[in-house]
Parts: sequence; C-alpha cells; structure tokens
Amino acid sequence: MVKEIERYGIPIVHMSTITTISESVGANRIVPTIAIPYPVGNPTLSENVELDLREKLVKRALTALTTEVSGVEYF
Amino acid sequence: MTYKVLYYVNQFFGQIGGEEKADIKPILKMEKVGPALGFEQLLGGEAEVVATLICGDNYFNEHEEEALKFIIDAVSEVNPDIVVAGPAFNAGRYGMACAGVANYVVDELGIPVVTGMYKENPAVDHCKAKAIVVEVSDSAAGMRNALPVMAKITKKLLNKEELGLPQDEGYFPQGKRLTVFADERGSERAVKMLVARLKGEAFETELPMPVFDKVEPAAAIKDIKKAKIALITSGGIVPKGNPDRIQSASAQKWGKYNIKDIDSLKGGYYTIHGGYDPVYANEFPDRVAPLDVLKKYEKDGEIGEIYQYFYTTTGTGTSVGNSITFGVEIGKELKEAGVDGAILTST
Repeated sequence: MVKEIERYGIPIVHMSTITTISESVGANRIVPTIAIPYPVGNPTLSENVELDLREKLVKRALTALTTEVSGVEYF
Repeated sequence: MTYKVLYYVNQFFGQIGGEEKADIKPILKMEKVGPALGFEQLLGGEAEVVATLICGDNYFNEHEEEALKFIIDAVSEVNPDIVVAGPAFNAGRYGMACAGVANYVVDELGIPVVTGMYKENPAVDHCKAKAIVVEVSDSAAGMRNALPVMAKITKKLLNKEELGLPQDEGYFPQGKRLTVFADERGSERAVKMLVARLKGEAFETELPMPVFDKVEPAAAIKDIKKAKIALITSGGIVPKGNPDRIQSASAQKWGKYNIKDIDSLKGGYYTIHGGYDPVYANEFPDRVAPLDVLKKYEKDGEIGEIYQYFYTTTGTGTSVGNSITFGVEIGKELKEAGVDGAILTST
C-alpha cells in the first residue's frame, strides 16, 4: 500500500514495529514504533506519559514527511 | 549414527497459546513439540528431533537481540547437526522470526537451517540466501504437504548429498551460481532461446533478472502548517460493528470512515485484526492509529488539516496482489482529494 500511494507522488511515512518488513514493502520514510499490538502507544504507561510518547512519534512522522529523502530513511 | 535435529516454532505451533501468548520469551524443551513430531516421523530413523525451541512471535520481533542470544546459547547446548524452523506459511512475524534464527545460526554456528514459507512472506528474501527455504502454501492447512519436502531436503543435507535445482527440490533459489557442463555451448543455447521467443514458444532464461520495484520517494511537504494529511492503518481499526465487514485476516477490501467530527477513535472504534492481541487497541484504538494526536496538532495549527476520511484494512495474511490494489485505489482517492502527505501505521 505504501509503495502504490507514494507512486501518486504523495509522500507517505510508514510507522511500524517490524521495520524490516517496512523496508521490504518499499517504504522510504520509516518511523520505528513501540510494539506490534500498540505501535503508537504503551498501555503500561500512565495516560499522560503515553500521550507524550504518541505525540513524539507523530512528530517524527511529520518530520519525515517534511524531509527530502533519496532512499530508505529512519526517523 | 543418528543425526540430531533442533526444531524452532512460535508460541502457537509450540502449543503454548495464541496471540495472548505472543510475548513469551524463548524456551527450550528437550522434547518434540507440534510439527516436530510429524517431522521426525518423516526422517525415517535417520535423524532425531532432540529438542524444540519455542518463542513468542512478538517477543522475537520486539526483542530480537535478547531472543537470539538465548537461542544461540540453546543451539550451542543442544549441538544439533541441523536446525529446522517453521514452516511459517504466510505469517509475517513468524516468518521474520524463522529468518532471524536461520541467518544467525548459519552465520554464527555454521549449522545448516531448513525452513518453509509462502512465496509472498516478506521473510523469504531475508533468509533464502543462507537457509534452505521450502516453498509452502499460505496457511497451516498446507502443513501435510510442507513437512515431507522439508524432511527430504533435511535428510539430503545431513547426509551431505548435493541438493538438486531449486525448482526440482521445491525451495527458493538462493542466488548462487554453480559451474555446470552443458551439452551445447552458449551461443547455440542463446540462438535457440531467441528462435523460440520469436516463434512465441516457451523458453527459460538461464539468468533471470532481479525485479527491483522501488518507488522513488515523493518530494517532501514544503509547509506542514498548510498541508492536508491522511491517516491510514493496516491494523484493522474499524467502527464498532464493522459495518463494511472487513475481513479479520487475508483482507479482500478496505474501508474509509468519516472522522471529521471526532477527536479520537476511542469509544466508537475497535480492531477486527486477527493477527495481534486486540486488548490494547480495543481499549484505545489511537494506540494503533493516532487520530487523537493528529487532531490536536490540527487544532494547534501545527498541521493544516487532517483529511476527513480515515482509511483502514487488515494487514495480516493479505496477499501482495490485494495490497497493491488497495494502495492504488486509496492513493487515487487521496490524490483527487488533494492530500499532501499520508501516515500509514502497521501492527
């Protein structure tokens, strides 16, 4: 999906935990995430700390979208 | 002498449990568990499965270093003649675990590894050069056909017999070139191939070209404060009740839902994904698709706008063919809607 969407010229960032799969499906902008059942969260944290964590990860995704890349890059 | 086999399986085939046990650390059992039982019977007394290593798929993928450390110690302790893993069929995480074990065991200990995977499993490319990866079907229903092929190859490797060509033996080509004597010299073979091609007859190349389907990265967003961002997930997050009946595995379709007037997916959404423990996502779906944070950034003016539709499907076991179709269809909609960038989350 990542690859086909990017083919339209839309920059796309893949947020996933198994980043080796991200690379093999052809993602160029990758944000490694926390865990498979909760990529952008962590139920062991308190609500506020978890929100901070999610904000940090989404910030990274936005940084990825606003950064020019020439190949696979991690953010 | 009987050869020693060490078998690797995940928590499911290791009979420990399903997704709720996917976090278990590796354990070594000095017995045959799950597919190891049937596998040993196929070895016809030439080799014995002396131990089974079991590790949770999530644990392996989230703590690869620790998992491999345990595994390498266990393999050294058992000292097998060969390691057999899986088959993982089309399971991505299980495949990645088998591939990780395979590469590490081959590299660090020089012990051969046999595993089995479906051709679309992303793990095939990670280990086919080092391990023998038998081509198997996409689901565990193919276990009965997979094990005999894996056993036959295992026996050959143990007896130091030369393996035949990948297509004859049933494993994925390893990208190795061997010197062989041909009956006809190259120029004759080339001309025959050309003639066959011109006549429209079947011919087989002697050197298949690798397929590189890389997409050039799209240009970065210039001004994020004016950009329209779309949120997509393969984590199976849908409105409660799953109105479009998106499949929980091997998805045939995707869905799009209007999120214009909500600030979070909490309450109205849950996951129907069959490939991970749903407890945490059901509690708070934004842990999988971070709509809450994106909406907050939209309000704060850090992002121009969040596109009013959220796109979703299930990534587990979904064929590459379907994934391409979904991407083409969703991408077309995003393009027409003037979306400037997309965030896709995967579990």
